Amino acid sequence: MTYSQAVLNGDRLALARLLTQVENNAPDGRIALIELFPHTGRAHLIGVTGAPGTGKSSLVNQLALYYRKVENKRVAIVAVDPSSPFTGGAVLGDRVRMRDLSGDPHVFIRSMATRGSLGGLAQATANMVQVFDAAGFDIIIIETVGAGQSEVDVARLAHTTLVVEAPGLGDDIQAIKAGILEIADILVINKADRPGVENTEKALKSMLDLAHPTERVFRHHGSIMRTVAPTQDSSSRLMWIQPIQKTVSIESKGIVELAESIGRHVSHLRQSGDWAVRERTRLEVELEALIREALLNRFHEDVSQKEYDEALEKVVQRNISPWEAVKMLLNGRSK
Amino acid sequence: MTDKKTSPEQSRRIRVLVAKPGLDGHDRGAKVVARALRDAGMEVIYTGLRQTPEMIAEAALQEDVDVVGLSILSGAHMALTPRVLELLKANGQTHVKVFIGGIIPDEDLQRLKEMGVAGVFGPGASTEDIIRDVQTAVAG
Ligand code: B12
Ligand SMILES: Nc1nc2c(ncn2[C@@H]2O[C@H](COP(=O)(O)OP(=O)(O)O)[C@@H](O)[C@H]2O)c(=O)[nH]1
Ligand SMILES: [Mg+2]
Repeated sequence: MTYSQAVLNGDRLALARLLTQVENNAPDGRIALIELFPHTGRAHLIGVTGAPGTGKSSLVNQLALYYRKVENKRVAIVAVDPSSPFTGGAVLGDRVRMRDLSGDPHVFIRSMATRGSLGGLAQATANMVQVFDAAGFDIIIIETVGAGQSEVDVARLAHTTLVVEAPGLGDDIQAIKAGILEIADILVINKADRPGVENTEKALKSMLDLAHPTERVFRHHGSIMRTVAPTQDSSSRLMWIQPIQKTVSIESKGIVELAESIGRHVSHLRQSGDWAVRERTRLEVELEALIREALLNRFHEDVSQKEYDEALEKVVQRNISPWEAVKMLLNGRSK
Repeated sequence: MTDKKTSPEQSRRIRVLVAKPGLDGHDRGAKVVARALRDAGMEVIYTGLRQTPEMIAEAALQEDVDVVGLSILSGAHMALTPRVLELLKANGQTHVKVFIGGIIPDEDLQRLKEMGVAGVFGPGASTEDIIRDVQTAVAG
């Protein structure tokens, strides 16, 4: 039986092995992704990002428990932690906070290292998410450390992105990273049992106020969108204003409210048509990445190392410009 | 420029699960070993304290690891180890190599090896030896 058949049949070992193949961008993984693609597009993808130690893994644990117990949904978790830039190794410790989920056959947790590849992380994560989607998981939660462009890309994979803050990590506006409002659909203040929650909330609120002037221009998955300031009656339907939710993960407080907020976001996406827009944009980004990869690979097949090195040398010597070099190398192509 | 393909097939990294089965709270050794294996370029999934054999086998499956490392300083290794081996086998993970560390009396070494344990390391074991044996076991 092929990987994809076994995965569609619910074989967990095959699923685990396929995730490895896909993560490694191995030929078996690529074949399975093609076969599984028609079975994707059903899951709700939830991104969870934020600084280390804010309680993301603990929160993911609680959310997954909620979806299992209250909504009886199948939950997959992809937990991403950084690789060491020096050795390429990693210690992936998110499972420590997710022990409540063990023993449940409808939960699948996979840890993943960033492996420091430019752009490769987002691609590998997207592909692993597709495997889980095809395998029939209703909810796929992606936990990433909120730092750097690739993590932003991972967050953008999701339909709903939670940005997690915690009191005491420096509560002024400057400390809360600029740009989080671009990716956050819901702001979570975890560790709400700790002193300083009010300050964190105040800082987030003033950030939100600044972000909602009369006309809002925002980057929506790479494209600039404009919305007119909401009037009282139409606002709740067409515009999503990021809510702030307070949680205490270790005491499972605020989790129901957070899950309800996520539910409202899903309804909003569906009603506004934004769900379809996000799906389309996600697939477009993926398609473009694949085209870029294929074209570059074709280029390197057609142009010999020698030609390339010679062109590079000419550029280094300032004999020709990089633009001319590109022209020369591309003209040398057979196709 | 050595590899210009934009998205080359990643060479498979060795993935190791480091777990502490049973009830003892001695986790220094497990953490030392986890860090050493990371520094040798491996991806180490650390699951923390008080894991049952069932939890360990389940995590090993989901993470598709090559190696399971158990750290046991409680004296319960002769009960916990065979159970983990059994469950790994039942899940179809027969290729997974199992290593044990902690307080393991010499008289148990032979029986652990017979059960199929790939290596045993006690107090003072050098991390270089551990890394080398793990790499050899996975390669072989
Ligand atoms: C430090 C220590 C503690 C600390 C632990 C702190 C912590 N968070 O880890 C504290 C004070 C909490 C503690 C408490 C107890 N301890 Co204590 N403790 C020790 C001590 C002195 C050192 C252990 C240690 O950290 N070594 C340093 C690390 C780096 O070494 P290591 O764990 O052995 O790991 C090395 C190897 O074993 C191997 N290794 C370990 N794990 C793994 C995993 C893999 C995959 C691999 C490949 C290799 C590997 O590689 C490591 C590097 O060399 C030992 C005695 C000793 N000399 O070992 C007793 C010892 C382990 N403790 C013992 C006991 C009895 C207890 C208590 C029950 C005492 C009591 N009555 O309260 C409690 C139990 C606590 C609990 N909840 O379980 C006994 C165990 C007896 C037994 N098994 O037969 C020992 C052996 C002392 C003795 N001689 O009696 N302890
Ligand atoms: N006081 C308090 N501690 C928490 C809360 N949530 C998580 N923690 C603790 O914060 C630490 C980091 O949690 P973790 O989930 O690993 O954070 P992550 O690095 O963001 O994934 C752990 O010690 C948790 O027990 C909370 O709501 N309140
Ligand atoms: Mg985490």
